[in-house]
Amino acid sequence: MTDLLRPHVLGASPARVEGAAKVTGTALYAGDQRVTDPAYLHLVQAEVARGRVTSVDAEAALALDGVLAVLTPDNAPRLASTDDAELAVLQSHDVDFRGQVVAAVVARTPEIARQAGALVDVRIDEAPHDVHLGADRDDLYAPEEVNAGAETDTSQGDVDAAMAEAPFTVDHTYTTAWYNNNPMEPHTTTALWSDGDLVLHDSTQGVHPTRDTAAEVLGLDPERVRVVSPHVGGGFGSKGTAHVNVIITALAAKAVPGTPVKLALTRQQMFSLVGYRTPTIQRVRLGCDEGGWLRAVAVDVVEQTSRIKEYAEQTAVPSRMMYAAPHRSTTHRLAALDVPVPSWMRAPGECPGMFALESAVDELAIACGVDPVEFRVRNEPEVEPESGKPFSSRNLVACLREGARRFGWDDRDPAPRSRRESDWLVGTGVASSTYPVNKMPGSAATVRRTVDGRFRVEIGAADIGTGTWTSLAQVAADALGVEFADVELRIGDTDLPKATVAGGSSGITSWGSTVVAAAREFRAKFGDDPDEGDELTATMPEDDASDEYAKHAFGAQFAEVRVHVDTGEVRVSRLLGVFAVGRVVNPRLARSQLVGGMTMGLSMALHERSVLDERFGHVVNHDFAEYHIAANADVPRVEALWIDEHDPHVNPMGTKGIGEIGIVGTAAAIANAAHHATGVRVRDLPLTLDHFLS
Amino acid sequence: MDGDVELDVDGRSRTLRVDSRTTLLDALREGLGVTSVKKGCDHGQCGSCTVLLGGRRVVTCLTFAIAHDGATVTTAEGLGAGGRPHPVQEAFVERDAFQCGFCTPGQVCSAVGMLAEARDGRPSAVTDDLTGPVELSDDEVRERMSGNLCRCGAYGNIVDAIQDVAR
Ligand code: FES
Ligand code: FES
Repeated sequence: MTDLLRPHVLGASPARVEGAAKVTGTALYAGDQRVTDPAYLHLVQAEVARGRVTSVDAEAALALDGVLAVLTPDNAPRLASTDDAELAVLQSHDVDFRGQVVAAVVARTPEIARQAGALVDVRIDEAPHDVHLGADRDDLYAPEEVNAGAETDTSQGDVDAAMAEAPFTVDHTYTTAWYNNNPMEPHTTTALWSDGDLVLHDSTQGVHPTRDTAAEVLGLDPERVRVVSPHVGGGFGSKGTAHVNVIITALAAKAVPGTPVKLALTRQQMFSLVGYRTPTIQRVRLGCDEGGWLRAVAVDVVEQTSRIKEYAEQTAVPSRMMYAAPHRSTTHRLAALDVPVPSWMRAPGECPGMFALESAVDELAIACGVDPVEFRVRNEPEVEPESGKPFSSRNLVACLREGARRFGWDDRDPAPRSRRESDWLVGTGVASSTYPVNKMPGSAATVRRTVDGRFRVEIGAADIGTGTWTSLAQVAADALGVEFADVELRIGDTDLPKATVAGGSSGITSWGSTVVAAAREFRAKFGDDPDEGDELTATMPEDDASDEYAKHAFGAQFAEVRVHVDTGEVRVSRLLGVFAVGRVVNPRLARSQLVGGMTMGLSMALHERSVLDERFGHVVNHDFAEYHIAANADVPRVEALWIDEHDPHVNPMGTKGIGEIGIVGTAAAIANAAHHATGVRVRDLPLTLDHFLS
Repeated sequence: MDGDVELDVDGRSRTLRVDSRTTLLDALREGLGVTSVKKGCDHGQCGSCTVLLGGRRVVTCLTFAIAHDGATVTTAEGLGAGGRPHPVQEAFVERDAFQCGFCTPGQVCSAVGMLAEARDGRPSAVTDDLTGPVELSDDEVRERMSGNLCRCGAYGNIVDAIQDVAR
């Protein structure tokens, strides 16, 4: 049990402190930072998916007025570490995926850099490539573990026997597409060396993790690298680890001593160089008895990784803890392909995994004639099914009930195709959401009494749109027992105390716990009336109860979907999410976070799919014209609310993290609603109109 | 080939030499240091780089700077008056109509331009009566703001913020 903060500023809804700067465009993102006389970097990419660079002729490029340097695999400075193959840019002549960086041009202007890039003559000896993902491949392998350190496979009881005995079963394969994170701000880095010290203005979800990675790869003492990132134009996981833009910009800046070098990836390059969500193929087997009680839950996942660096999405993980069933198993298998390196995208594992599981649950509920809300309530486990641990709090049922009440679920005729409004078939669907409460060790924070009698709180945390500038200051205010206006928060710079990444919805949990510890120690040492200049730094306390409880956030999402009878066009007309996410720090901002996640879930359900041309190994729809993300007119009124949940076991704030849960389950709720509307079960995202034209 | 252009940017007269290939967006950002204009795609597909050009909303990545000698450009930074942000900007803050804020300067410029278009009675794809005055329903606002993508998904709050000003 943690010593919970008494909420005073927590739970209030101050507007974003950086709001005025953002609406006037004066908030400085990585590419906006003022640097003197920068040079511009343009990347040259491989146009084959596999091969070997045999020659790079930069003569024509170098002859162009304004070109300062051309980096190639032959002349690029050697890196200290090439362990991370994704970051080992220009360190070998191998081409491992289409779009890989094979040369880079530094020039006086962006126009010249781009023109010169086209003049660099890269010859590649092409080799046969393999980019086909299929569950029938004979070279699928089991990774040692999956993302977030989860077990690759788990098994309890006897699924096959339970499936054979169960009167109602579902055994289907569901697929999710290749998704690109596409934060609105492209990955941007400005690098400047001076006297062997490196300053990076970078769009990152964590200044310290980026610094540590850059220092290791470049062979520098971390103290000699400074990363600055006060505002970040979204990340959704793709800025959670350093990508090649950081390293190549640092290398390029080395080639032009004294000149800062700027790189902003193009939208197209972001489809090859900054990670993406792997497509998944999920076989889900569920069996239940006559009353709708689950007997078996089994999920077998096939997904891709790149041949040069393993990333194993933990897609089956949510099925391990969602519902009670005596017989259960999960597996993850990977195909290592000549594709760009996949990585984190908002709710890795939970997001694709819950599309399949929650679709299958809907199918089974219908098969056994139990209402889908009731089916989920019925299969509520008393303890976490696989681990046997008690939940620190679990309010899925409350979310389902409250959501059903507000949505008007009970008025629903369960028969598919039962509602038609002019030319539209209308249906409703439900799905559960879940996301673990993650806490990352390693942060520190400093509290200082300032000249003006306020409190400066420093920690190298990130605000990627999550609201950290505001919500972490609220945490600090309550931890110090002062008003919100008395806190001056500083984040986004490695000159501040070390902070962990904004990932896994762990920000407020990790940084907040650290700030609370620092504030409490500050008060213990300096009392109620500290002197100007009194200062204290503390690290995040060890987690006492972390192993005793299973800690997860939950939610229920309800969707109303309209499918046009002639064209098959699918529109979402209502979306409601009810969440149990512990204490909400700032309702105004929290609502935005949850609605934003649900909106991205809607986008996943209806629009998004990176289309791989297997002949050439690249995503052909690599821009916003063809990789459609939900636009304003695609999004109805999306409502997110939460139930009052008090969890004394998670952290001193009682928070569970809200950045990712909103996208979990949305696509299933929408697919389930589309089935209710039309009787057509779509198991392959996205729900494009062709599925409904038969 | 280079050429000189003179621009009025947010009320200040600025002169700069540009490459004939330089977009208005890059001229503003890299040439003049006007970073209130954002680049999300460079292809006219996201709206992040929207400004008011002679009062009309334009995506600056799709037009060359050299073609705009003498033009008046208003970015999000210059929308306000008398030391106060524009009412649309205030409504955006109040309604939390953004998260990361990267699309936001473009959204607010687009919103201001859109409100003027609607006032002028210019119809959109969802306007039923093409001749009468435009009634700004939520659907009208959604339609007219769909050139400005927001990956953070702030659309609902954007509509509310705009309606606060429109009404
Ligand atoms: S940057 Fe101009 S529309 Fe995207
Ligand atoms: S606020 Fe982040 S993209 Fe719109």
